[in-house]
Amino acid sequence: MRVNVTVNGAKKTVDDVWEGESLLYVLRERMGLPGSKNACEQGECGSCTVYLDGVPVCACLVAAGQAEGREVRTVEGLAPDPDREELDPVQQAFLEAGAVQCGFCTPGLVVQSHDLLERVPEPSDAEIREALAGNLCRCTGYEKILDAVRLAARRKAEAKQ
Amino acid sequence: MDFLRPLTWADALAAQAAQPGATPVQGGTDVMVEINFDARRPEALLDLNPVRELAEHETLPDGTLRVGAGVPYVRLISELGDRLPGLAQASRTVGSPQIRNRGTAGGNLGAASPAGDCHPPLLASDAIVEVESSARGTRLIPVAEFFTGVKRNALEPDELIRAIRVAPASGPQYFAKIGTRNAMVIAVCSFAIALHPAERRVGTGIGSAAPTPRRATAAEEFLSGELDWDGRGPLSISAARRFGDLVREAAAPIDDVRGTADYRRHALSVLARRTLTWAWNDYRADREEAS
Repeated sequence: MRVNVTVNGAKKTVDDVWEGESLLYVLRERMGLPGSKNACEQGECGSCTVYLDGVPVCACLVAAGQAEGREVRTVEGLAPDPDREELDPVQQAFLEAGAVQCGFCTPGLVVQSHDLLERVPEPSDAEIREALAGNLCRCTGYEKILDAVRLAARRKAEAKQ
Repeated sequence: MDFLRPLTWADALAAQAAQPGATPVQGGTDVMVEINFDARRPEALLDLNPVRELAEHETLPDGTLRVGAGVPYVRLISELGDRLPGLAQASRTVGSPQIRNRGTAGGNLGAASPAGDCHPPLLASDAIVEVESSARGTRLIPVAEFFTGVKRNALEPDELIRAIRVAPASGPQYFAKIGTRNAMVIAVCSFAIALHPAERRVGTGIGSAAPTPRRATAAEEFLSGELDWDGRGPLSISAARRFGDLVREAAAPIDDVRGTADYRRHALSVLARRTLTWAWNDYRADREEAS
């Protein structure tokens, strides 16, 4: 079947999509957007987290056909201008805080943290933990990840002043 | 496999009637797992996301809430948590934020897992499942009669779940669940309690400790007669213990990867006492605030 979906602001059409295929497969294998990672395929790990109409979801659990006519924003679409080296404050904070080890969980954590800070600009530690509860880091670098979210929150608050 | 994408409820019913083997999908948090792992290959997926009325909730003229089957957990918590606190607490224990953004109570009922988190609070509040088919119209099924076996429910092949009908809480409600961590957990066992003070009645729901979610009827009857509804006196330790015992006896758990039958029975008696204590303390505090 054919699926029409807006990804990171660009309208895309993909053909020959299998009806049981996930949005994650379409993003990675048909659109060349490998930022969203494929790991558990059952919503346990959060590595494939993307925005669907502005709401973070596990792309592995969205049937591709369910994305028809909707807007998807992946980790590739967070930075303000892909042609420049500028990163989103959450991405920059992950780099500076050393929140990246093997890096596999990072895209999902970045998108999920980005959503948290959009909704809750100054989250408590409990709020950060609950927001990231569905994103697993097998390197167990959670302390640095929490540091990164706190740093990103501070940066964004400073930028607003 | 076909992918059916009706835009209205009438079209969805027609599509399900035309292809009764189609699997309805909302958030996909159960259905897509089975497809990703090739555990099941339905002949068609019926995407209910575009059917807008499923994602709405309303108050009926008699005060009952009618919650569309497609309202995701995140909105059950934020928009209905004040009126359906038991369901909201259960919703908050489902998966992770990403799962709660997509998963729905309607999907939970459709999957009819004995471990589904919505089921115990819906049982405790005497919820009614509104189902519909294009051929026979609407059927209202009490949730206690909806579960017919492990992952089986009372839906006919041409029927879809339209909504859940449930009265707003008239007293304290609690849900508690045993798991290995505070997120991403399928219940080892779970329990919900709802006090219905106007009727001097207690509602209960047991999860993940029998082939289907079920009420603990004997425990409800015992406690309804035992509680000091008017005087709002303290809960006796013996009554709480007896309640826990009766809840335990209502369960019929198995040994599996998540826990043993013995552990589930024991944990249920603890959850029953604990949630009763919370609920009764709230009920007593409510009088103190009122006076």
